[in-house]
Amino acid sequence: MTAHVRTLVLIWIALMALLGLTLGASFLPLGAFKPVVNVGIGFAKAALIFWFFMHLREVSGLIRLVAFAGAVGIIIMLALISSDYLTRHWLAAPL
Amino acid sequence: MSDQPAAHSPYAEPAQQREADLLGMYIFLVTEIMLFGGFLTAVYVVRVLHPEEASSAAKHLNLWLGSLNTAVLLTSSLAMALAVQLSREGKLRATSAWLCLTVVLGLVFLAIKSVEYYQEYAEGLMPLSDGMRPLSKPGEQLFFNFYLVGTGLHALHLTIGIILVSGLTRRVAHSETPLPRRAVTVEIVGLYWHLVDVVWVFIYPIFYLAR
Amino acid sequence: MTVGATLETPSERASYLRAGYSLRSWLTTTDHKRIAVLYLYAITAFFFIGGIAAALIRLDLATPGGDLLSNEGYNRAFTLHGVVMVWFFLIPSIPATFGNFLIPLMIGAQDLAFPRINLASWYLYVLAGLFTLYALIAGGVDTGWTFYTPLSTLFANGYVAAALLAVIIVGFSSIFTGMNFIVTVHKLRCPGMTWSRLPLFVWSLYATAMILVLATPVLTMLLILVCIERLSGIGIFNPDLGGDPLLYQHLFWFYSHPAVYIMVLPAFGVLSELVTAAARKRIFGYWFIAYSSVAIAVIGFLVWGHHMFVAGESTYASAVFSFLSIAVAVPSGIKVYNWIATLYKGSISLDPAFLFAMGFIGLFVIGGLTGLMLAMLAVDVHVHDTYFVVAHFHYIMVGGAVTAFFGALHFWWPKITGRMYNITWGRITAALIFLGFNLTFFPQFILGYLGMPRRYHVYPPEFQVLHVLSSAGASILAVGYLLPLIYLLYSLRHGQPAGSNPWGATGLEWTVPSPPPKQNFAEMPVVTRPPYDYPIRDPMSRE
Repeated sequence: MTAHVRTLVLIWIALMALLGLTLGASFLPLGAFKPVVNVGIGFAKAALIFWFFMHLREVSGLIRLVAFAGAVGIIIMLALISSDYLTRHWLAAPL
Repeated sequence: MSDQPAAHSPYAEPAQQREADLLGMYIFLVTEIMLFGGFLTAVYVVRVLHPEEASSAAKHLNLWLGSLNTAVLLTSSLAMALAVQLSREGKLRATSAWLCLTVVLGLVFLAIKSVEYYQEYAEGLMPLSDGMRPLSKPGEQLFFNFYLVGTGLHALHLTIGIILVSGLTRRVAHSETPLPRRAVTVEIVGLYWHLVDVVWVFIYPIFYLAR
Repeated sequence: MTVGATLETPSERASYLRAGYSLRSWLTTTDHKRIAVLYLYAITAFFFIGGIAAALIRLDLATPGGDLLSNEGYNRAFTLHGVVMVWFFLIPSIPATFGNFLIPLMIGAQDLAFPRINLASWYLYVLAGLFTLYALIAGGVDTGWTFYTPLSTLFANGYVAAALLAVIIVGFSSIFTGMNFIVTVHKLRCPGMTWSRLPLFVWSLYATAMILVLATPVLTMLLILVCIERLSGIGIFNPDLGGDPLLYQHLFWFYSHPAVYIMVLPAFGVLSELVTAAARKRIFGYWFIAYSSVAIAVIGFLVWGHHMFVAGESTYASAVFSFLSIAVAVPSGIKVYNWIATLYKGSISLDPAFLFAMGFIGLFVIGGLTGLMLAMLAVDVHVHDTYFVVAHFHYIMVGGAVTAFFGALHFWWPKITGRMYNITWGRITAALIFLGFNLTFFPQFILGYLGMPRRYHVYPPEFQVLHVLSSAGASILAVGYLLPLIYLLYSLRHGQPAGSNPWGATGLEWTVPSPPPKQNFAEMPVVTRPPYDYPIRDPMSRE
């Protein structure tokens, strides 16, 4: 087994472990933190897939920037839409 | 004879074309990220608006089948990654074997998903069966409908992936895609496959683990 | 060189236009120049369809009663006008025609990175256009181009699904174009064409492509959800079923605000080329203009909530969006200052392209300043959904983007066709468009401030004078838009052959014959000089 193949299998093991972790965490009484933890673990899995399976660690900085731009796009969408939905009850509109 | 194919116009060199192909595919993947990102943003809003209903609707999902499917898809990603690695080493038969496994695992995923859908239909959870009576509150029905739309769109993308990888398997097996000269083709298809996996990696916690 | 009606110059004989005469050679081409021409035909057709809708609107608004069109008919007219003008004219106009034609020439490449995907994007555009025409002929859509829910999902009559499908398909066309441009600019620049030597037109299209790629998929997803809701009754945007109509607006404007930058950034790029060529002077502040294009693309993603200030958005979010919307004006302002500084002490020639550029600067500044007014939450609360908003965006879109499109047309027409048109008619057109435009849209600012709502065709009689002025202006504007059709087409047969550089401008596209040969460059160019490498001439003399 070459070094490359070994790395890929190790990453797969890590992904399976994270799957087990997230499944287990869903049974814990984490309250409002549960979705944060689970999506966070999702991010960790996605990061591993991008970095190792999708070769982000090998490609040029340009392609990494492209992938990063996609992440930034989603973050902007979620953050600013939250600024509406999470603050709706803070102050009723004076109209 | 050179190791690289001749570049097509407008490229001057094959390496330039390979980089352009990779960049182009990555940009396409970013569009898919924004597509599903838009969808998941909508789901996020519904969860913020109706947290309890989302949780109770999620209890109707089959956690074990969903988790099994996640494992299946992650394994298919490993198979795909191995195929890409072997294609770079020029090993035709090994590459097509792993590509074949990728397709098989993709089909297994779809099969398990069909079983889930059938179960949900039998329980009266689908829009067309029994008016979704087990989901009494509107927020619950909405969350469940989002689950159907999301997994449906994902399954559509996965099916496209299966078709692409099947076509690639055949071409590699018949030496129509010379390796390692055209390894970039395997890599590009692999990128698409991995993205479909990444989308599921988010669908899984957002829907199945909302309970 | 003498020219008769049909005598061809040697460069015309060898050009891309002559490489195959059959319809099939055009419909299966992968030559970026031919695809650009195909797009030019298609968007011109849609411009006139959208223009006819505008004519109906202005005719109906000339009288206070709704006597030309029924209420439904009026709704369908402004919906058609919006859908066609936004997605089938403005968004593709400069990128798909001038971007496709010029980017490879400007960077010293033979074609775009993915020529077949380029052709595919044109076919997708045409397919989407057919869906739109179908929706129109079958009876039309009355939701407005914004397709707000729950009207579009629950109550609208008409062919909403067909219209949505059209927009989804044309979205893919946009995405392919954007992807092609980004890869082309990164990978196909000729030796010596560093980022610091790129024409600013290319920089602006690069920024546009970033938006095309990141924003359009969100619209695609949203419209798919609307189709699903309309056809199946699930309640994503229906409050009775747990949904939120404002969710639609958030996702819609997440795309549509960056979309307006898709429409205007290429116009900025055109301006940089027109201003430097007319003034025969290096651009002032190259990096300011280059980076401000990227800044507009990025900040443009942060401001969408300003469309929803009175829709029920939380006050805190509105305040944040208001602040960010004011910030986005800064890079645009920087560009305007730089263009004017470029003109200062330049040796300016008043060719038609430059007249359009001047018109752009004046009209865009008015549009931009009124945009700042609208960005202010306290002001917007009063003028939202009035004609003030309508006037604002028409100043930017028509006074800005369409004017720049016409400027580009008058500048690069000789390059694309190899023929020069009648300059005097070009100048007359520029003047007519400027006058007609202001007469059409300035009264609308006043109307909006006085309270005239948008999308209404019945109004109190005291508004009629302003409406009549506006409609009169629209008729002058229509003449201005029709004239080029005549003299530009005339030039194809009877115009003087244009040399490779009729305007004496810098840029690689002016170093090849007009029209260019199929493979663009006989040998790959090597760039050694900075961009806009004009000698600064004595302002008292002309070349």
